[in-house]
Amino acid sequence: MRRLRNWGPPLLLVSPSIILVGIFVYGLIGVNVATSLATTTDRITGRVTNPGGLANYGNLLTDDRYQHALWNLLVLTVVFMTGTMVFGLLWSVLLERGVAGEGVFRSIYLFPMAISFVAAGVAWRWLLSPAKDDQAIGLNQLFVNLGVPWLQSSWWSSDSSFNMAAMAIPAIWQLSGYIMALFLAGFRGISADQREAARVDGATEWQLYRHVLFPQVSPVALSALIILGHMSMKMFDLIYSIAGANSYTAEVPATFMWIQLFPQSNPTGAAANATIILAIVAVVVIPYLIYTNRTEKDGRA
Amino acid sequence: MTAAVEALEAPTTSDPHRRRGVSAMKTLQFVLLLLFAVVVLTPLYVVLVTSFKGGADVGSATAWNLPTVFSTDGWASAISRLAPALGRSLVLALSAAVLSSILGSLNGYVFAKWKFPGADVVFTAFLFGMFIPYQAVMIPLQKMLLELQTHGFSWIDGIPKLILVHTIYGIPICTLIFRNYYATAVPNEILEAARVDGAGMLRTYVSIVLPVSIPGFVVTLIWQFTSAWNDFLFALFLTSPRNGPVTYALQELAGGQNPDYPAIMAGVLVASLPTLLVYILLGRYFISGLMSGSVK
Repeated sequence: MRRLRNWGPPLLLVSPSIILVGIFVYGLIGVNVATSLATTTDRITGRVTNPGGLANYGNLLTDDRYQHALWNLLVLTVVFMTGTMVFGLLWSVLLERGVAGEGVFRSIYLFPMAISFVAAGVAWRWLLSPAKDDQAIGLNQLFVNLGVPWLQSSWWSSDSSFNMAAMAIPAIWQLSGYIMALFLAGFRGISADQREAARVDGATEWQLYRHVLFPQVSPVALSALIILGHMSMKMFDLIYSIAGANSYTAEVPATFMWIQLFPQSNPTGAAANATIILAIVAVVVIPYLIYTNRTEKDGRA
Repeated sequence: MTAAVEALEAPTTSDPHRRRGVSAMKTLQFVLLLLFAVVVLTPLYVVLVTSFKGGADVGSATAWNLPTVFSTDGWASAISRLAPALGRSLVLALSAAVLSSILGSLNGYVFAKWKFPGADVVFTAFLFGMFIPYQAVMIPLQKMLLELQTHGFSWIDGIPKLILVHTIYGIPICTLIFRNYYATAVPNEILEAARVDGAGMLRTYVSIVLPVSIPGFVVTLIWQFTSAWNDFLFALFLTSPRNGPVTYALQELAGGQNPDYPAIMAGVLVASLPTLLVYILLGRYFISGLMSGSVK
């Protein structure tokens, strides 16, 4: 009884949220998984469109179009994560050393983060237009104007199987500032004494970063990688906005799901696709959540 | 929370041991920063100049030039076409921000100070809700909300529908921000004293915790406002251009057969203005919200 009196009120206070999150996150995930395992037949021809059970996943994974979308996602993710980490780290190192107008630079680098992917995508759709030379608009035209026409590209519309590397450019533009802010906070959290001590010991600037500063911001790097990785898996707005609703060239699982659900009227396949996206994110995020939870507790002890 | 805001500020003490070559390094550093700033601002430049171009000026050969004739036709057209959706987005973003902040504050208070058995597990389960790809709930969500709408809850349509969804999916991040905030901003001793004086949990919340919650509310309100304003995925799946938010309307504006570039680029700016204003005026808190997104 006493336990109930102690824990009843707080439990009651959070119960609306527990119920809502329970239904809208976990309940709906459950329904989605159930949907993905359904057996379906074509209403007109009577042909089996989804055999049901795990075979639905087998069908999806062996589908050429899905594999193409997965490959696109891989290229996008690798280029996006590498680019964002490189610029984020570079900018934070340039800024953490202290420079005139630091606040202005910080605000400029971070501003794309305040804009929606849709608004940015509309602008980048124009910037990444594939037309070249006399017809060129967007970045290609800028390159012609600047006298470096050889930099022109078909961007994401090119036939190359690495075309999605170009789709990573706007994503890098939007998120590098965020990663910069994370690293900057990490660097600023290191006491000045440590730099002083390293310099007194005769460490070069490179050694100072390599052996003193970088190891201490590695937890930040881990957080940054997890955040970018899960953003990349679910990236939809930007691709939809740049390439349109029906682009096969720029298709990733998240946009293919839209195609499955509406033009193809195949909610079962779409649900399987969505479940795989969730599984990939969960494999990365759950260990990370457990890890942060544990280090937080260790920190308190 | 305040620590996260101040974490970005440079230490005030300057290094007394200036070395040789430092000034050359400083120059290089500054030049690089300037170069990157120009690259980051390039898309903004071209959007801005295009938005002020008129009829004859729109020709593709001069897209990167400043307008020869300054025209506000693009802006007028964008504003008139986006105005209804702008109003809807404003209602959506403000309501969702307020509602999830209130829930987040209550939850954060409990998770920081009234840990019931199993609270850590529930909290971690909440956090995972922050990371899920919404695609994984979209199909049943769409179906469920449609059923509710056709079975007596006809108000669950358009903006109210999105308010409901953004409020619920905003609970995890708001809870996290408030939990971390209360853990440091409200000393246990004060709560203990209140308990000794006979104040219950809710009484303590209203008279002790709530009055010091303003910094937390600023961060969650900004964060939620920005995410609800910028969302497109939920808008596309759950609403139509007729009753959807401004991201949807902008997508429609930009998707026509004969693109009216000045109007489209003005539309980009109009649709981004509220979040940009929030960022320019309240940037410190915006960054603080971003930091909490990284869990720690």
